[in-house]
Amino acid sequence: MNLLQGKTWRFGNDVDTDLIIPARYLNTSDPVELAKHCMEDADPTFAGKVSPGEIIVAGKNFGCGSSREHAPIAIKAAGVSCVIAASFARIFYRNSINIGLPILESPEASQAIAEGSIVSVDVATGTITDQSTGKTYQAAPFPPFMQSLINAGGLIEYVKTKMK
Amino acid sequence: MGMTITEKILAAHAGKEHVSPGELINAKIDLVLGNDITAPVAIREFEKIGVDQVFDPNKVALIPDHFTPNKDIKSAEQVKILRDFAKKHGIPNYFEVGVMGVEHCLIPEEGLALPGDLIIGADSHTCTYGALGAFSTGIGSTDMAAAMALGEAWFKVPESIKFIYYGKLPRWVGGKDLILYTIGKIGVDGALYQSMEFTGETINDLSLEGRFTMANMAIEAGGKNGIFAVDEKTIEYVKARAKRNYQIYQSDADAKYSQVYEWDVSKLEPQIAFPHLPENTRPLSECGNVSLDQVVIGSCTNGRIEDLREAAMVLKDKKVSHNLRLLVIPGTQKIWQQAMHEGLFDIFVNAGAAVSTPTCGPCLGGHMGILAKGERALATTNRNFVGRMGHPESEVYLAGPAIAAASAIAGRIAGPEEVGVR
Repeated sequence: MNLLQGKTWRFGNDVDTDLIIPARYLNTSDPVELAKHCMEDADPTFAGKVSPGEIIVAGKNFGCGSSREHAPIAIKAAGVSCVIAASFARIFYRNSINIGLPILESPEASQAIAEGSIVSVDVATGTITDQSTGKTYQAAPFPPFMQSLINAGGLIEYVKTKMK
Repeated sequence: MGMTITEKILAAHAGKEHVSPGELINAKIDLVLGNDITAPVAIREFEKIGVDQVFDPNKVALIPDHFTPNKDIKSAEQVKILRDFAKKHGIPNYFEVGVMGVEHCLIPEEGLALPGDLIIGADSHTCTYGALGAFSTGIGSTDMAAAMALGEAWFKVPESIKFIYYGKLPRWVGGKDLILYTIGKIGVDGALYQSMEFTGETINDLSLEGRFTMANMAIEAGGKNGIFAVDEKTIEYVKARAKRNYQIYQSDADAKYSQVYEWDVSKLEPQIAFPHLPENTRPLSECGNVSLDQVVIGSCTNGRIEDLREAAMVLKDKKVSHNLRLLVIPGTQKIWQQAMHEGLFDIFVNAGAAVSTPTCGPCLGGHMGILAKGERALATTNRNFVGRMGHPESEVYLAGPAIAAASAIAGRIAGPEEVGVR
């Protein structure tokens, strides 16, 4: 499970949560419904063309704006296997870890990887390999506490073990 | 080594003498809140944990404010999840339409946020309560669920940035202009993961309303929280509202800051953020001729009584421009009633404005004032992202209430002087 591989879709800097999932669709929290509108205001064709396992590569401050967990939920439910960005907005970062959407912070990978490249990602080590160019990048590792959250399968599973 | 207010609050709630930036801590929370968009997801996740009750019903607040009064069937069902959950768990701080307000106007007004508190909310603008010298920050729904079960949450202690403002603010320039100016200077990720501490003589003179506005938009610079030192004004605000004890923390003289910004704001012009990021700020004199279809005065950023008074001062005996919609949305029922008693509604209605019951409504493109393709709005709200108030090809400009009122009269972005108000 820790090794992901997929084709990439590129987005720019400061992709906000309204672009990821516009508020007009927030009268539901059903992941399947949310996935239909994933990235709609950034690219209205995205939800129709993304295939399971594919990877989003974006610039700095990905997921800025609202605290809506619907944003990482929509991305995950659309089948995106992970998001690589130069940096993430704080609440989006936290939400992604909590719900088990793999995210990797690497300014170098964010800059270099082209749209449509085949990229493989080792989530455990943070190693990103661009199969199209053969180049590898190292994402910042998670602190041990966050790694334990990820290993538990997200925050809810972690809390369950804590409450036993 | 000394600590900042933020570090002291985090340390106290983690049961520690001292914390340092970067440290991961578990801290007890004084309040966890959610709204009709975020709480349904939190409740679904809470139920997966398998506990019978929330850690403390008095420390959970549920505020259906985004799509209320329910705008459609799906929204009504979301709100019902909150109502049923509040009933089941005996949560007193569920606010039904009629007593409800925009959450970040309502929570301080109800005395639920106090100095020294640690508050988390499943809404990014939870950072608003930093105006009272509390540590408060936005989190997601799963964090809200975990906090409702455990009564605590994990935090990475943030580094702090100190902002020092000095000089007396010119007429019609206030908290909104200070925070837009700040975001314009440092960018939408200029305070990413960090605490923003607002200080200086200008801040000492700033009203609580102005401070709420500034703390509210800390998130628009990527900040984890925005915070102010407690002073006489803060005490005056909380003493009539607090129903429990609170603790006042001040930053030590030798507290460590990752950065310090110092600005003379005595000649600051009103600031307007152009589409599509809050960092795209311009002083009023450099805005050019931007015609408008709608103006919104309200939201958790600028829906308080002082904001409405300022708008009314400009709108008195004036008319809203032909074919422009002006929407005025008081933040809470108390603010609504106060505005009514002060005669502000007469001024608004005579000018040709619509006055609404409290709701987040148009701020996030929910309802009560959605934009068509190609339309342009100026709003006292906090975000001007693509599609934020409606059609993805509409535009939102952000400003304070005086500029909003003057722009509604002029039909384009304008200051009070341009419409004959001194």
